[in-house]
Amino acid sequence: MSPAVKKSSNPLPMKERIKVPRQLMPEQPAEERAHNFSEVNLGYSPELAQQEAVRCLECAKPTCTDNCPVGVKVKEFVELIVVGDFLGAAAKIREDNVLPAVTGRVCPQEDHCEGKCLLSKKVKPLGIGYLERFVADYEKRMGTHVVPNVPATGKKVAVVGSGPSGLTVAGDLVQKGHKVRVFEALHELGGVLVYGIPEFRLPKQIIREQLDYMREMGVEFETDVVVGRTVTIDELMGEEGFDAVYIGTGAGLPQFMNIPGEHFNGVYSANEFLTRINLMKAYKFPTYDEPMLDLQGKDVAVIGGGNTALDAIRSALRLGARKAYVIYRRSDAEMPARAEEVHHARQEGIDFQMLTAPVEFISDGKGWLTAARCVRMELGEPDASGRRRPVPIQGSEFDLPLSVAIIAIGTSANPIVQSTTPGLGTNKRGYIQASEETQRTTRKGIFAGGDIVTGSATVILAMGAGRRAAKSIHEYLTTGEW
Amino acid sequence: MFKIIHAEFLAPGIKRFVIEAPRIARKQQPGQFVILRIYEEGERIPVTIENSDPEHGTINIVVQAAGKTTHLLNSLETGDQILDVVGPLGKPSEIKNYGTVVVVGGGVGTAMAYPTAAALKRTGNRVISIVGARNKELVILEAEMRAVSDALMITTDDGSYADKGFVTDKLRQLIENGTRIDLVVAVGPIVMMKAIAEMTRKENIRTVVSLNPIMIDGTGMCGGCRVLIDGKSEFACVDGPEFDAHRVDFAVLVQRNSMYRDAEQRSLAQFQRVTSAEASTKELEHACAATRSARQGDQR
Repeated sequence: MSPAVKKSSNPLPMKERIKVPRQLMPEQPAEERAHNFSEVNLGYSPELAQQEAVRCLECAKPTCTDNCPVGVKVKEFVELIVVGDFLGAAAKIREDNVLPAVTGRVCPQEDHCEGKCLLSKKVKPLGIGYLERFVADYEKRMGTHVVPNVPATGKKVAVVGSGPSGLTVAGDLVQKGHKVRVFEALHELGGVLVYGIPEFRLPKQIIREQLDYMREMGVEFETDVVVGRTVTIDELMGEEGFDAVYIGTGAGLPQFMNIPGEHFNGVYSANEFLTRINLMKAYKFPTYDEPMLDLQGKDVAVIGGGNTALDAIRSALRLGARKAYVIYRRSDAEMPARAEEVHHARQEGIDFQMLTAPVEFISDGKGWLTAARCVRMELGEPDASGRRRPVPIQGSEFDLPLSVAIIAIGTSANPIVQSTTPGLGTNKRGYIQASEETQRTTRKGIFAGGDIVTGSATVILAMGAGRRAAKSIHEYLTTGEW
Repeated sequence: MFKIIHAEFLAPGIKRFVIEAPRIARKQQPGQFVILRIYEEGERIPVTIENSDPEHGTINIVVQAAGKTTHLLNSLETGDQILDVVGPLGKPSEIKNYGTVVVVGGGVGTAMAYPTAAALKRTGNRVISIVGARNKELVILEAEMRAVSDALMITTDDGSYADKGFVTDKLRQLIENGTRIDLVVAVGPIVMMKAIAEMTRKENIRTVVSLNPIMIDGTGMCGGCRVLIDGKSEFACVDGPEFDAHRVDFAVLVQRNSMYRDAEQRSLAQFQRVTSAEASTKELEHACAATRSARQGDQR
């Protein structure tokens, strides 16, 4: 650990800092990366990182930290970058965030830290995500993270799901001396980080390294366990002797639009499409056995405007799609995807059909998709979400020829854990009820967080819930009070 | 890793494995299945659980060679290991006293029907079982089915054993003879389940079928196994695999199971070239010869 920095080590006077431009992230050229799965962003060099770090205004009340779901001490880690203590910076982040190499890459910083950066009132915000990524990668290159040594408490915690939320809980609790075992339904650990987010945005090697680090800290992992089916929560807390359970089972069942033709061959959910590619490596068929439809020279569209939608269509492009469309029923301003992903996708040549929605899929008469019948939309009055409601324009129907359509319009609650855990309260949409403050469920000793509580959200919000849960699980295990 | 304690062919191309899987063995109920992956580059496929032994921590799975993965699986022997086995998946069969239940098992589907028949019998039902196969060699689990049935009828397509004909012929006879039937449970090829559904719909007999669409995770996450039930998408892995036969769109199931037929055939052909070049085990060749249609959907 580095000594606390008392006076500002930043050599630049305040007035000068705002004149330094935001340092651009080096990236693979769009025309190249559209044909490979290597990471788009290449990362800052130490020099670039320090040039960016000096832009920090060192606010007395850092709104960046206030707006971080896990409360990363941005000002402090950035100052450590300024003085060249990169490992110290990494350690500072790790105090609040067990997955900095992940969040540095996939967090929607514009909605959190960078969105509230004081610089952004005049110029571009501080590149907090880029800096976080830099120190995490630097630490990895040095291979020197410190494994904390804490006395064992003798308490056992089961974590259900090895996605961002579950890993956060596991990382935080093992550092408090509790024994933690993570159960994963799939054959590989990492949840959405592994089956959902593609290699070009989050290399799988990074997840493997984070998992190795957690194993070093003493976290145990068990794959091929579908909690609710292979073992119930009550069995975990009964015969298996766990003192507390955290449920972080994540995004549930993919939603479909319930329009005609959704069952045609060629219509995928984004989850299935991405799982075939990321988890099962179907694009390497026949070296890998799981098949997927050949996209070479085909026209492909994704329906939806979130990160999952962009991940899916940019994967399709990389697998040789001739045309790759995003069909989104609202306008640019309402798109929930991360700004950088939209920007990258446009550079790569993704065709954005905004204010457009499919009303029907059309087949060749033998069950194979040939087109999506779409309608153009205009924005009307704001709806319950506060966003302007899309309204179909009469007579605007047109057919978009397609071989593959990928539906990425969100998920609904997976029922497996809820339906096999008596007394576990759910809301009317089937998600698990949990306190926003403590992540406690309606049952003693059981906590929940992430998408299974909130519905589809982001990696960092799931990690934030994990953070709060770890804190209250620790309190519960220490005091025994519920 | 999951160890194969015992492996034996029940019929040409149909093999039973006893696998060490204590967690699954403790929880398995009739109607449920597992998903397995044999090796690192392998695909995930759903496979029938025929029985389980919670005390010894083992499950029995029954596999018919159809595509590459099932051929490869059937080449495994006692002592070999399977990389991943996850389950038990799917909702269990609804077991209660219905009165008289006709349990129909077609081909390897008999292995899936067997634990349900056994449980129905234990619950006090009168169980009439109908087992069908293409020929004498492919009739499986006859003794097991007999032991849990008040009556057992067997048909073979070619008449090489028991009665020549189809399982539907036997069901029609039962109906025509005025046998009171409170429930029909049918597990087998899609064409068989569809024919049974059509027959019992007219008679207003409640009928349950176990569907086996293409599946990846088996936990509801991917939606690949969606089937059309009364015109609405449901997921076989979490809402099924058993559904009310009269609400199932079988044509869509057939169509969706054909999605990767070209890739599956390519994969199988490549595998067979490699294995025949190695002139490997007799069983393997036997297995290959016994199955002409390489179809993922015929697995149960």
